[in-house]
Amino acid sequence: MRFLKGCKTFFLLCMLCAAVSALADMIAPQIVRVTVDQIILGESAASLHPAVSRALEALGGAERLRERLWIMALAVMVVTLVKCVAQYGFRVFNAKGCETLVKTLRDTLFRHIERLPFQWHVQNHTGDIIQRCTSDIETTRSFVSEQMTQLLRIAILLAMSVFFMLRMNVSLTLVAMIPLPVVVWYSLHFHRKFRKGFQTCDENEGLLSAMAQENLTGVRVVRAFGRERHERDRFAAQNEHYTSLWVKLGRLMSFFWASADVLSGVQVMLVVVFGARFCLRGEMTSGEYIAFISYNGMLVWPVRMLGRMIGEMSKARVGIRRIAFILEAEEEKDAPDAVSPPMDGDIRFEHVSFAYDGCPETLHDVDLTIPAGTTLGVLGGTGSGKSTLTYLLDRLYPLPPECGRITIGGVDIANIRLEHLRRNIGMVLQEPFLFSRTLRENLSVAAPELPEAELHAAAEAACLEETVAGFPKGYETFVGERGVTLSGGQKQRAAIARMLVRKAPIMVFDDSLSAVDTETDAKIRRALERRFGTATILLISHRITTLSKADQVLVLDHGRVSQLGTPEQLRNQPGLYRRIHDIQSASVELQEAEARA
Amino acid sequence: MTEDTDNTAASLPFFGIPRLVPLVRKYRKALLTMIVCGLFGSVMDIGLPLLQKYALDHFIGGRTLDTMPAFVALYLAGILFSSAMNFIAGSYAISTEVRVNRDLRAAAFNHLQTLSFDYFNRHGVGWIHSRVMSDTGRIGTLVSWSLMECVWHATFLVGALAVMLAVNARLALLVMLILPLIVVLYALFQKKLMEANRRIRELNSRITGDFNEGITGAKTIKTLVIEDRMADDFVKDTSEIKKTGIRAARLRGAFAVTMNLASSLALAIVLWQGGFLRASEVGTFSLFMSYAQGMMEPVRWIVDAISDVITTQVNIERLTRLLATRSDVTDAPEVIERYGDSFSPKKENWEPIRGDIAFEDVSFRYPDGDELVLDHFSLDIPFGTNLAIVGETGAGKSTLVNLVCRFFEPTSGRVLIDGRDARERSQLWLHSAIGYVLQTPHLFSGTIRENLLYGNPDATEEDVRRALALVSADEVVARMEKGLDTDVGEGGDLLSTGEKQLLSFARAILADPRILVLDEATASVDTLTERKIQDAMKTAIRGRTSLVIAHRLSTIRNADRILVVRNGKIVERGTHRQLLDQKGHYYRLYTRQYEDEATNDLLS
Repeated sequence: MRFLKGCKTFFLLCMLCAAVSALADMIAPQIVRVTVDQIILGESAASLHPAVSRALEALGGAERLRERLWIMALAVMVVTLVKCVAQYGFRVFNAKGCETLVKTLRDTLFRHIERLPFQWHVQNHTGDIIQRCTSDIETTRSFVSEQMTQLLRIAILLAMSVFFMLRMNVSLTLVAMIPLPVVVWYSLHFHRKFRKGFQTCDENEGLLSAMAQENLTGVRVVRAFGRERHERDRFAAQNEHYTSLWVKLGRLMSFFWASADVLSGVQVMLVVVFGARFCLRGEMTSGEYIAFISYNGMLVWPVRMLGRMIGEMSKARVGIRRIAFILEAEEEKDAPDAVSPPMDGDIRFEHVSFAYDGCPETLHDVDLTIPAGTTLGVLGGTGSGKSTLTYLLDRLYPLPPECGRITIGGVDIANIRLEHLRRNIGMVLQEPFLFSRTLRENLSVAAPELPEAELHAAAEAACLEETVAGFPKGYETFVGERGVTLSGGQKQRAAIARMLVRKAPIMVFDDSLSAVDTETDAKIRRALERRFGTATILLISHRITTLSKADQVLVLDHGRVSQLGTPEQLRNQPGLYRRIHDIQSASVELQEAEARA
Repeated sequence: MTEDTDNTAASLPFFGIPRLVPLVRKYRKALLTMIVCGLFGSVMDIGLPLLQKYALDHFIGGRTLDTMPAFVALYLAGILFSSAMNFIAGSYAISTEVRVNRDLRAAAFNHLQTLSFDYFNRHGVGWIHSRVMSDTGRIGTLVSWSLMECVWHATFLVGALAVMLAVNARLALLVMLILPLIVVLYALFQKKLMEANRRIRELNSRITGDFNEGITGAKTIKTLVIEDRMADDFVKDTSEIKKTGIRAARLRGAFAVTMNLASSLALAIVLWQGGFLRASEVGTFSLFMSYAQGMMEPVRWIVDAISDVITTQVNIERLTRLLATRSDVTDAPEVIERYGDSFSPKKENWEPIRGDIAFEDVSFRYPDGDELVLDHFSLDIPFGTNLAIVGETGAGKSTLVNLVCRFFEPTSGRVLIDGRDARERSQLWLHSAIGYVLQTPHLFSGTIRENLLYGNPDATEEDVRRALALVSADEVVARMEKGLDTDVGEGGDLLSTGEKQLLSFARAILADPRILVLDEATASVDTLTERKIQDAMKTAIRGRTSLVIAHRLSTIRNADRILVVRNGKIVERGTHRQLLDQKGHYYRLYTRQYEDEATNDLLS
């Protein structure tokens, strides 16, 4: 609840307003009472509170007011005005406090999530996290804005009306109070039942909705198997079941409302009847009687609400706990003595072995050097550990100290400031992720103040210029859900351009040209060489034409270095590289013969 | 996803309510009961101030308790009566609401089962889904609750005004002056408030989108080191929703202020102009006070109900349009006469199907396209043929399949099944002879058994086992704790893609179709599973006419005939050998694929 800090003032103001408004609520019936008793019925002012009788005198006494009833009317208006202002204040301060709280909570959550280690993201389901960030926040909001503050408001109102009622007539107050606990208990009891009912209904609505969804997405299967009738019956059955649940719940709800009406009706009746008796016995005046009924009316509704509010509280507790789960996870951190060394040195993997949590080893004793300014090509099958190599270099996964070292320019990357490290490694991932923004925003996302010329240069190098020129809106084309869907190759090229604008001294391409055709692939590589000749490059690919331009090629096999050398050397020794080379350069006729054999 | 995705308010005559009449006709009794009970239910609300007046005038003013027992009895009876009435009205309102919803949902759902694929191509699943699930809900609420609120509150309003008029006409008229003012003011606020609420909903979904992007894009965000940038952008959205939220609260607050002021104005009028200066009039004074202050809430409810009616027009319009949409592919009346429709087939009249397919001078253009994708195309596919269709992604490989399955009908020319025009028999007749395996396998939630029996509900346990074994899916089932009764989750999500693929093969085999349509998977599964899937495919096509949208060399090489599709048109056709010798488009496609596949084989 440390998030309440920034909005405490608002909530205090909000409570103050609630108190003022409750007070005004209390005064209006008093005006009516005086009007009835002293002005209309002409009773003596002796029973009044001294302050009230003084006020009466100041206004010219009961006799004079009798001639000028508009003064009392005005008094009512003034009191209401005060109440209105206070109520307005209550709502606005409540909203301010609550919106501030929610905003702080959301901002903190988002920032925190971005800083959580990649491993955490892998371990936790996206859908679940999003649920926590959206509906659990919504629960927390309604807890704060509707339950916490309203509860306090009701408490204030309750205390004040009981106080005023007690001052007028103790016995009648007791009569009015006795049924109240019953009303609270009754509504609490029912709301528990409703919650279960709602839950069942929601679940069943979910099933029904999923059924419709499946039918629509699977329309081909339904039609091709000719199962329209089956679908209709299935849907009808669930539709019926869901409806009958609601009918049952509806009956229960109607019963609750009706019976609660009876309960509170009887309570009002008790006050009316006993009040009349007390009046007759001279314990109360008519004005007091009318005022008392007004106060009593203020109690009935809030008390009926109380049951529901208490019922909802447990929901909020669960929600808050689910949010806390995220906030308690630990963020990525730098070592205290982390440095920011120049990053244009040699990259060394020193006897690196690595295993993901609870999995067999992914990399085993990888030991190699990528001299500054050279390109290392990597070839290997699925699960050979290629991508892991790049994750470790970028510290998406930290390398445990006993598993070897990765150094850049002689400095262990574990001691490099994380931001410095990642800023200087331009990485293009296997499955490019573009943000749902315009193309321009996507390209410049990592370099906000990017000059137009550099944007075009990067796009040119990634062979994206021509594609973009083909879009009616050019760089302002919206990517993603609301906009154009780019093909796999276009996405990859956009991701490359996005990385290039960073001008990082180290570049990593994780199979990031797989969806681009061979000629474009070659064009991009030539452009890279021309413009970024000094960069140290790690390039994962299946294409021999691509790999053959590297300074050295690493062949990974189940996490082990199976071959390492210049493309020339590898072509001349038996192994995976040569076999793939042969496949990719052989003619179709040869393949045919091979296939027949 | 075209012209009717817009959410702009439609305006229909009488807010579209006449269109609902046939849909709710069967509930007219329930609605009538609801209205009558609601009318009676409001009686107590009107009567309560009268009883208080009586208590003040008779007991207190008259200084007697003589009629007390009768008073209490009447009071209690009133409470019980009105509660009972409200209970009945409320129960009917809810049950009518959900039943109308149910009927509309079923109508929409069932109608969708008859619509052609053109409709599904034109509208997104999400869009159609919300027609079935949410539009119907809004309408149900409208016919029950909005009506109920109107009855309850209008009765109170009318009753209160009548009593006031009877007791003191001049004062009643003065108090009534406030009402139109309130209505106008509230209508204004309501509009602004709705606007603000809509904006909040929009912003909320944007924030959900932000979270989604921030979480699914975490890897990219980290490698680009733009955590702060993303968080700063996020703050912009949260700031805006905060601002809008507070603005909405201000509006609501201001509105509550107006309402309060109006009701106190009413009270002030009563105090000022009442002239209740005699002791005997205290009761009347209290009566007017209660009514005058109690009148504001009902007004608010009624305005709310009216604005619901206005906004629900859109939902009514969209739903009725869906129900009025006619399918592009329909069976002729005489065909339905003989073969039955999709829901009540007359299987006794169905001829057995052999599985010969022929395209006879077929031209075809998609309903939403303007180019002919087939131009006087003829092709004979005798029973047992294995036809492969190859081409790049998005080249239009599904067109032939769509025509064979009669998901679309030729623009001109004929598709013959067993030598007769497909249109001479019912859709269901054809579909019951077709098996379909999709590229992305689609399972329904339920158990594995239910899914397997989808295409053939009458299959025996033995048939199921045999089909599973044929495609080596028996191992998948054996791995599951509950075997065939394992739940597959929504859309089969509890299974892996490979498992789903194998099960969908088994499902197709179990249906034992004469014609099998196969969209080969491109999704990456592990080598072992992939080999199994390919074996399953070979087993599946044996002894049937098969149309395969092909991606794999083994399929292509062994096919009896290959069609090469490019930019939606068939550019080459022949056997594998013939096509290679042509050195055309097929040759290039094949070479590229060979390289990729061989490389992948080596690397996996």
